[in-house]
Amino acid sequence: MGLEILVCIKQVPHPDHFSEIQVDVGRGRVIGAGIPVIMNPLDRHALEEALRNKERFSGRITVIRMGRPRLQKAVEEALAMGADRAVLLYDTAFAGPDTLATAFTLFHAIQRLGKFDLIYCGNETVDSGTAQVGPQLAELLDIPQVSSVQEVSFVDEKSLEVRRAWEHGHMKVRLKLPTLLSVTRDINTPRLPTVQGIMGVPQKEVIIWNAEAIQAPLENVGLNGSSIYATGVHEFRAGRRREIMQGSTGEKVRRAVARLKELGAI
Amino acid sequence: MTKRGSMSDSGEIWVIGEQRLGRLEEVSLELLSKGMALSQSMGVTLSAVLLGDEVEEIARELVFHGAEKVYLLEDARLRYYQSEAYARLLAGVIKEREPQVVLIGATEIGKELAPKVAAKLRTGLTAHCIDLYVGEVDAAPQLIHVVPGWGGNLVMHIICPQKRPQMATVKPGVLLKAARDENRKGKIIRVKPDIGDKDFSRIETLEMIEESPKGKPLESADIVVCGGWGMNALGDFSMLQELADILGGAIAGTRPATDKGWVDEDRMIGQSGKTVSPGLFVSLGASGAMHYTTGFMGSKVVLGVDQNPQAPIFQMADIGIVGDLREVLPCLIEELKKDRMPEKL
Repeated sequence: MGLEILVCIKQVPHPDHFSEIQVDVGRGRVIGAGIPVIMNPLDRHALEEALRNKERFSGRITVIRMGRPRLQKAVEEALAMGADRAVLLYDTAFAGPDTLATAFTLFHAIQRLGKFDLIYCGNETVDSGTAQVGPQLAELLDIPQVSSVQEVSFVDEKSLEVRRAWEHGHMKVRLKLPTLLSVTRDINTPRLPTVQGIMGVPQKEVIIWNAEAIQAPLENVGLNGSSIYATGVHEFRAGRRREIMQGSTGEKVRRAVARLKELGAI
Repeated sequence: MTKRGSMSDSGEIWVIGEQRLGRLEEVSLELLSKGMALSQSMGVTLSAVLLGDEVEEIARELVFHGAEKVYLLEDARLRYYQSEAYARLLAGVIKEREPQVVLIGATEIGKELAPKVAAKLRTGLTAHCIDLYVGEVDAAPQLIHVVPGWGGNLVMHIICPQKRPQMATVKPGVLLKAARDENRKGKIIRVKPDIGDKDFSRIETLEMIEESPKGKPLESADIVVCGGWGMNALGDFSMLQELADILGGAIAGTRPATDKGWVDEDRMIGQSGKTVSPGLFVSLGASGAMHYTTGFMGSKVVLGVDQNPQAPIFQMADIGIVGDLREVLPCLIEELKKDRMPEKL
């Protein structure tokens, strides 16, 4: 019968273009329009692990994403890599969520999709990078979850042993399916989509659901479901001396060393 | 006295003490120093919570570093971090004692534990704060959570006006550590952990393995020498290592440098890696993308070397050298060697 696997993906601005993101200080918003987008890098590792599981045990892979349906770069890439179908969650009611409201949106969609044996997430995104949605979604689903996963081994079809990183080493964690795993880049090397994969994308099923379709209570999702709010966005100012050494290479180095001594740094 | 608005309650400020294999993590001391400042400005008690097995000595350390109370949950099965047991016990003790603020280190484990607890409590949680302070928003005092966003390019001020407790994870290596004072008095309050087999049936940490770090540890180094993509010009990190050795510093790298394998992944500086705040941070051949610079912004002095005079690293540096690393680095090594050599024997 194989595994039912869900992979949560996010589309994010390309990190090389973060410096182009503008701030509307008055409205406390960031403006990222026109900036190239990519699938969050760790989500590709999450999908790769799902593809490997499917190759071994057979099954079906669904990818799920919140966001505007017309910007589909991440979803198209996921389908081209080998995901079987995609679910897009879009509704103005979903906008402005904190991580728990995001987790609730995914939770309600999963209630409609049915049961999954395994859910994979990237450990964190490159934009907000909270690493919180995975653990919170698992709590709502009442399934065990592990973050910072570096390696997954199946003990049998119903249980796993995973290697998980911590600051000074790693941990071995045993867990039973169904489970949610948040993976790091150590876990695998994601495949590139093949030409065949890319050609096959238009034939794959893409489901678009709004709040009504997933019966999401409006008090759980979006800004309404959020407990925390940004009151302001500020450009980060470093407050550094910014002294550029002048002269020949030798002079620059001697001056730099002299200044570092004056500052008590060496 | 000013109106305290939604912060009027007398709930305590809590710091979750992190011990790993019987040792207190440094970030707990950072949380305690911030917790002390907040407890003074809010006029409430600062307490810590500690889970583990035979860790009373660590509980006393938390007192010496500023906790007025320590809630201690001890059990042999809590020796390792256990995801479901830790999350359930913490949520339980928070529900029972109703602190108004809960701070957790944004460590590999804290980043998993905090969101689980916040989800159980259906409350707000901010991620990897670099500062927290009491400020005014719409004429009401609020705890302002300062969070870096978009790779550290921007900082966001976030509040949690309604839900309690308000929770935050705090980025390790940014805040000052609380000073130790053995004369500090505090109460250690034992809370019997109500755990059973069910807490370990779906998930269990079997083993927690410590790997001895290679080379000088990064977090405690007073000087950090970090290389970026520009080190490509030199082929590897051997000259960078030489500079670090002369300075008595630790080596580190940017994401491209760790991708290249020039330096171990656990020495990566930046948003998805380590944050360091040494006395001197030397950045070599890194342009200064914000997701990198966020990893050393607390450093006392920054020396930046890059060949591109327009590189953002020079906005983040106290001392800047524009030049080719193939010339600058050997010259810098010679200059410092000269310096270390006694004039006469």
